[in-house]
Amino acid sequence: MSISPSGSALQSRFGAAVTRVVESCGDTIAYVNRDRAHEILAWLRDDPGQHFNYLTDVTAVEYRDAERPLEVVYQLRSLDRKADLRVKIELAKREPLEVDSVCDLWKGANWLERETFDMFGVRFRGHPDLRRILMWETYSEGYPLRKDFPLRGHFSRAEQTRQALAGNPEAHYSLEELSIAEAFHELPADMRDRLEKGERGKVG
Amino acid sequence: MSTRTVEATLSTTGVDEQGNPIGIPLTVRSGDEEHMLINLGPQHPATHGVLRLVIELEGETVVRVIPHIGYLHSGFEKLGEYRHYNQIVPLTDRTDYLSPMANNVALALAAEKLMGIEITERCRVLRVIACEMSRIISHLVWLGTTGIDMGAYTPFLWLFQQRERIYDLQEAWTGARLTTSLTRVGGLLADVPDGWEEGLREFCRTFPKVLREVDTMFTRNAIWIGRNQGVGAIAAEEATNYSLSGPMLRASGVDYDVRKDRPYLGYETYDFDVPVGEHGDNYDRYLVRMEEMFQSTRIMEQALARLKPGPINVDNPRVILPPKSRAMSDMEAMIFHFKQVMEGVRAPVGEAYMGIENPKGELGYYFVSDGTAKPVRWRIRPPSFLNLASLPRLCEGVLLSDVIAINASVDIVMGEIDR
Repeated sequence: MSISPSGSALQSRFGAAVTRVVESCGDTIAYVNRDRAHEILAWLRDDPGQHFNYLTDVTAVEYRDAERPLEVVYQLRSLDRKADLRVKIELAKREPLEVDSVCDLWKGANWLERETFDMFGVRFRGHPDLRRILMWETYSEGYPLRKDFPLRGHFSRAEQTRQALAGNPEAHYSLEELSIAEAFHELPADMRDRLEKGERGKVG
Repeated sequence: MSTRTVEATLSTTGVDEQGNPIGIPLTVRSGDEEHMLINLGPQHPATHGVLRLVIELEGETVVRVIPHIGYLHSGFEKLGEYRHYNQIVPLTDRTDYLSPMANNVALALAAEKLMGIEITERCRVLRVIACEMSRIISHLVWLGTTGIDMGAYTPFLWLFQQRERIYDLQEAWTGARLTTSLTRVGGLLADVPDGWEEGLREFCRTFPKVLREVDTMFTRNAIWIGRNQGVGAIAAEEATNYSLSGPMLRASGVDYDVRKDRPYLGYETYDFDVPVGEHGDNYDRYLVRMEEMFQSTRIMEQALARLKPGPINVDNPRVILPPKSRAMSDMEAMIFHFKQVMEGVRAPVGEAYMGIENPKGELGYYFVSDGTAKPVRWRIRPPSFLNLASLPRLCEGVLLSDVIAINASVDIVMGEIDR
């Protein structure tokens, strides 16, 4: 075992908030407590001895074992120290999947967290613009990368086709532009209605 | 005047009952100002793929840009969870389809890191060649199409001619121009055919000459400089904070190249320079990519010089398929063949992240395994996704025509962004 120095530094500084530090294939992984994760990540970024100034990736992992918690994964890197650290937050699936956003620490987290929300349904508290990013705004089949999401989607192929044909192109366009225009109330009533209830999304 | 939205106007046919076009201004009121909304894409040649940008303009100045992505979403990461490690290789061809061989290499390296497999020397050298060939073709497409965006058509033709030469080599090696699926866990699909090395040597000899001609056309061209210098600039610290990578990061003056700083495939033993920019603008990104092509040629020449005969696959029947002739005649080889095709290569419980320097930036593959032959999670860390995420920042306060130039300089490929 060759735990990186950051792992032991974390444990001595944050004690029980760092539940364990393990190593896998040469990478060090620190599991941290959800409630103190933001504080720990901020320390890792700003402490001169750590200086993880580069956020390589944010994603989530759900295991095939339904009992195992879902993990939110941060890949951190220090460009000058040439060191890597993986920080994980475990989220029990019975509780709401929520963590604090790190957008204020790394701007690069913006789209990464949006994607994690889009694909896993993890909510990032304090994110400036938490919307779906790869799927469309009114998509309501669920979160595609969750293990309870079948490869072909929740809806039948016939239902998916029906919705695709019945859908209005405007429903694909996000409400973001509407908020720019602040003209939602000026839209034709039927369109406002469609956008509000998310025509392609909620069925029946 | 009533304010309208993009949606409202798109929902009309655009003509009235008499067939005359309806002139509805796409405007939005912001205080006393009236801002115009422009919808660019998703089908537009200058967006380099199915990218849609909604641009809010004050006069001709950009107030903000909102990118919309996902039109090419194919669920590769989900598909990967249902496939053996070797079966994932074809999916990687289709992510960054401008540099398929480099993606294949990254995938194999990630799987090998997870399984603790040490590849052979010849395989290592051939993979370096594959990565650098990909870098050149990707940068050639980027430079050619960017030239077209700025109104220069001729270099595009020169560059695509050169690109075609690499594609020929790629086809001779893998049998495919785009869907190369070059690597396997622990080795390669095939060794290079006879006489192939001579072809690549010839390319390395003649390609820099063409590149220098293009350099003459662009580097001191008044239009090119006028359109690119000082446009879309981002400083080093901010570029790091935005998680930019590859030429985007280096143009801003951050000397970070995965090949140098976290070497893989023995890159530390090759002699090459990493160009680093100063201003972080479009022009520096151009210079960085231009120089990278020369450096890639250098690396390929060195790799060719050290390419010695030897096996391309590891000697492990649990990882590499036996030769067909043996599988047909030898009982044990047949069993290994059967086990591998039906069950795939098993990975131990664990997880591994492997990042390589792709033409667009750092491409990372992150595997989580529960001990079966299929990954629990296959995450792609897409470089151009993160580079594109900085577009709203880069486009603040520029002119509308600069949005096209900046978007081109980011070098996006939607197959990878949307995955």
